[in-house]
Amino acid sequence: MVEGVSKMGETTNSNLLQGVTGDWEVVVGMEIHAQVQSKAKLFSGASTEFGAEPNANVSLVDAAMPGMLPVINAYCVEQAVRTGLGLKAKINLRSIFDRKNYFYPDLPQGYQISQFKDPIVGEGEVIVDMPDGISFTVGIERLHLEQDAGKSIHDLHPSKSYVDLNRSGIALMEIVSKPDIRSSEQAAAYLRKVRAIVRYLGTCDGNMEQGSMRADVNVSVRRPGDPLGTRCEMKNINSMRFVQQAIDYEAMRQIEIIEAGGTIDQETRLFDSRNGETRTMRSKEEAHDYRYFPDPDLLPLEFDQAWVDEIAAGLPELPDDKKARFISDLGLSPYDASVLVSEKARAEFFEEVAAGRDAKLAANWVTGEFFGALNKSGLGIDETPISAGQLGALVDLISDDTISGKIAKQVFEIMFETSEDPAKIVEDKGLKQVTDTGAIEAAIDEIIAANPDKVAEYKEKPKMFGWFVGQVMKATQGKANPKAVNDILKAKLDG
Amino acid sequence: MTEFTKLTMAEARDGLKAKDFTSVELTEAHVSAMEAARVLNCFVTETAERALMQAQKSDEKLQSGTGGPMEGLPLAIKDLFCTDGVQTTASSHILEGFVPRYESTVSSNLWRDGAVMLGKTNLDEFAMGSSNETSYFGNVINPYRRPGDETPLVPGGSSGGSSAAVAARLALGATGTDTGGSIRQPAAFTGIVGIKPTYGRCSRWGIVAFASSLDQAGPMTRTVQDAAIMLGSMAGYDPKDSTSVDRPVPDYEKALTGDVKGLKIGVPKEYRVDGMPSEIEALWQRGIDWLKDAGAEIVDISLPHTKYALPAYYIVAPAEASSNLARYDGVKYGLRHDGKDIVEMYEQTRAAGFGAEVQRRVMIGTYVLSAGYYDAYYLKAQKVRSLIAGDFKSVFEKVDAILTPTTPSAAFGAGEKSDDPLSMYLNDVFTVTGNLAGLPGISVPAGVDGQGLPLGLQVVGKPFDEEMVLRVADVIEKAAGPQAAPQEWWKA
Repeated sequence: MVEGVSKMGETTNSNLLQGVTGDWEVVVGMEIHAQVQSKAKLFSGASTEFGAEPNANVSLVDAAMPGMLPVINAYCVEQAVRTGLGLKAKINLRSIFDRKNYFYPDLPQGYQISQFKDPIVGEGEVIVDMPDGISFTVGIERLHLEQDAGKSIHDLHPSKSYVDLNRSGIALMEIVSKPDIRSSEQAAAYLRKVRAIVRYLGTCDGNMEQGSMRADVNVSVRRPGDPLGTRCEMKNINSMRFVQQAIDYEAMRQIEIIEAGGTIDQETRLFDSRNGETRTMRSKEEAHDYRYFPDPDLLPLEFDQAWVDEIAAGLPELPDDKKARFISDLGLSPYDASVLVSEKARAEFFEEVAAGRDAKLAANWVTGEFFGALNKSGLGIDETPISAGQLGALVDLISDDTISGKIAKQVFEIMFETSEDPAKIVEDKGLKQVTDTGAIEAAIDEIIAANPDKVAEYKEKPKMFGWFVGQVMKATQGKANPKAVNDILKAKLDG
Repeated sequence: MTEFTKLTMAEARDGLKAKDFTSVELTEAHVSAMEAARVLNCFVTETAERALMQAQKSDEKLQSGTGGPMEGLPLAIKDLFCTDGVQTTASSHILEGFVPRYESTVSSNLWRDGAVMLGKTNLDEFAMGSSNETSYFGNVINPYRRPGDETPLVPGGSSGGSSAAVAARLALGATGTDTGGSIRQPAAFTGIVGIKPTYGRCSRWGIVAFASSLDQAGPMTRTVQDAAIMLGSMAGYDPKDSTSVDRPVPDYEKALTGDVKGLKIGVPKEYRVDGMPSEIEALWQRGIDWLKDAGAEIVDISLPHTKYALPAYYIVAPAEASSNLARYDGVKYGLRHDGKDIVEMYEQTRAAGFGAEVQRRVMIGTYVLSAGYYDAYYLKAQKVRSLIAGDFKSVFEKVDAILTPTTPSAAFGAGEKSDDPLSMYLNDVFTVTGNLAGLPGISVPAGVDGQGLPLGLQVVGKPFDEEMVLRVADVIEKAAGPQAAPQEWWKA
């Protein structure tokens, strides 16, 4: 199977949206905010642990006490470099921290330390596989390090707000894409791919519910081939589904406005997940002037290529490489391979099942029965009732002819329900395959003797062979080794 | 009792070591002097009780011979240094009543070495000023007066409480901070020594920030030797300040060899500014002659970008300040004036909490960083800054140190310049270059003007060559001879 890789910006017709006056193309760029996996904050030693009591993880620096100074956490820098390498991006050996100035109660310093003109990571690219087997590439504009703000809580007091600074100062990586995304599905797939990459790297846990990963989505529409339209930005979207909903809603809103003769105002909009709509947050005129300037408390961030090379040498295998290896070394289909590598946990589960076994058979079981069952029961792979070792043992039972593939499906269902080992289930239920050719032969003889008409029919229509197989399996309660049944039956009928 | 306050820091140190007297005696004398001089308004907060407790502990250490290099020496601390358990205000209403639970690195170093804290000295609000007239806690009065004239004179700023306290013999020494001249100018106005070390020599951790890329702490003392002693304790690498520099602290006292033979001393022609009083010219010439007589070679040099220094400084410093002062918003600590919503609360708090000069600089700083103006102001000022640093770099290939006046005039009367910010800013004309280039500079008393008011000469050195700066200043100090102490009119 040859996969199509579209060039950046190129589009396939299926992505176009239908307006009243014709087709429209949606253009999406994303800024993903990924919390750096690190024990301490970006510029202080305070803990980053999720779920602590409000204001428990706050140092003097995080609270912006007078005279406090930031000191860069080297591990966060290493994580950003690792992520940049994972995004196949240029690592900048010299970058600058800037102050982004604005007033907000959960921003204690009155500025966020970020990187504006000189980010730590430059251009890169991410290859995204779509479910139809088509891949496309999203260009990465940059990745920079910045501090997270605290959290304002407005519903604990009738007239006042509370502020929790636990998040204040936690390291974020802002991953900025080029406007290379052409549909809401592509946007979700891109986000999923970036999440997979950071999870493989161990640089962000990708947990969107806890806010470890969130996205600002820029959406504009245009007639195919036209220059880019005016964009609107939707801030802080925290699930894949919401990203898709927000883009779908926003694209149609813009199309309707333009088709009605209106123009789009560049603005920041809020996505309301309750009704799936977006609404104005602030217009371009109300946009903040952040007065960026280099933070004089911090020296330029400088490191050498040798250090980057050392990090590169220690990178784990990433989804694209793993996929290529699954195809070339394990003989998997590109589709199976891409499904398996799409999440780190999936790939790890599969590799454990496949270890020392028939990889294709293992892949069939993992992507087929196993993912199907998880999906049906609404479980994540981390909540699986059966372990990779157990599924591997099931594959072993098939490979050594203890049970047939068909019986294995029964066994799997019981395993999934009871979490029992397959060998025990086979034993308890007496599902062991009959490989005793004598017993099979006897059953066949009996069936041939009882159905002379069918035997005659078979001579005319060789397709009748299947009927005989069915009868034999029925007589043996499905436990007969199918290959043995085939061989003996063929010999008897043709002989 | 009074004689204790007349001692230099070195004399007091040696006397304590020799057990000629105790730290308690020394400290009590200074506490009395401090209390008798309240009319000078040098202190925002006096900590006499704590001083005496520290003195007692010091005496125990001195008794057992385990005292540190500053053991038992009573000092004043500029109220910009955060002191654990002691109110720290930056002389601003917005921080009135703020009591940190941490100690600045520089003051920690002093306590580590055994020093005693008399109190927290007044300053221009957030160190913004050259006359100590912008303090929320009132003006500081210069202990010196014009003869037969009771007009209060300013002590310089922003470290005006520190300079006046040291000049009036209320403390053996004081900490200062210098962003554009805030140590050297008040030292010159009060006839004392003040050194601004190289940027990165002293940690900024725990010092309320004014302009982070320019701020630097340093000692203010009555002699060059005392400055050397105190700097040795204050300086040092601090991993909590990313801009502090990791290099050993030399024994600065040892640098005072009294010998400048063969040294090349640069005299920059650009520092002969228009309208400079003739007595400043004369002072400068005297300094040149003293060094020449001592065997140094005087070299005419040019620092061509000097004239752009003051405008560049008054862009960079307010820009950084506008951002550094954003944290004083009424949310977390300090003053809060409630409003109908958060924006009104910010506005009310900051309008009430910041004085006029601070507001002016926050506005200037906000303006020069704004979209559309950044390149024309802030970026250009940074380019000027590099050019000024470049001027010094090339000059220091030819000379060992540079000699200039510290200020364009002696101390002026309170209120004489407060309506004219530009003429006030001109006070920094000879000192800001050192901050922009990050170089060490010292002001050393070198005589008086026609009215008997102190004047200072400035010696500027290469980065981290505080030893050279102290060595040259020491020779000037000796050549200038003893300076008259102020009349203690406040005791009357």
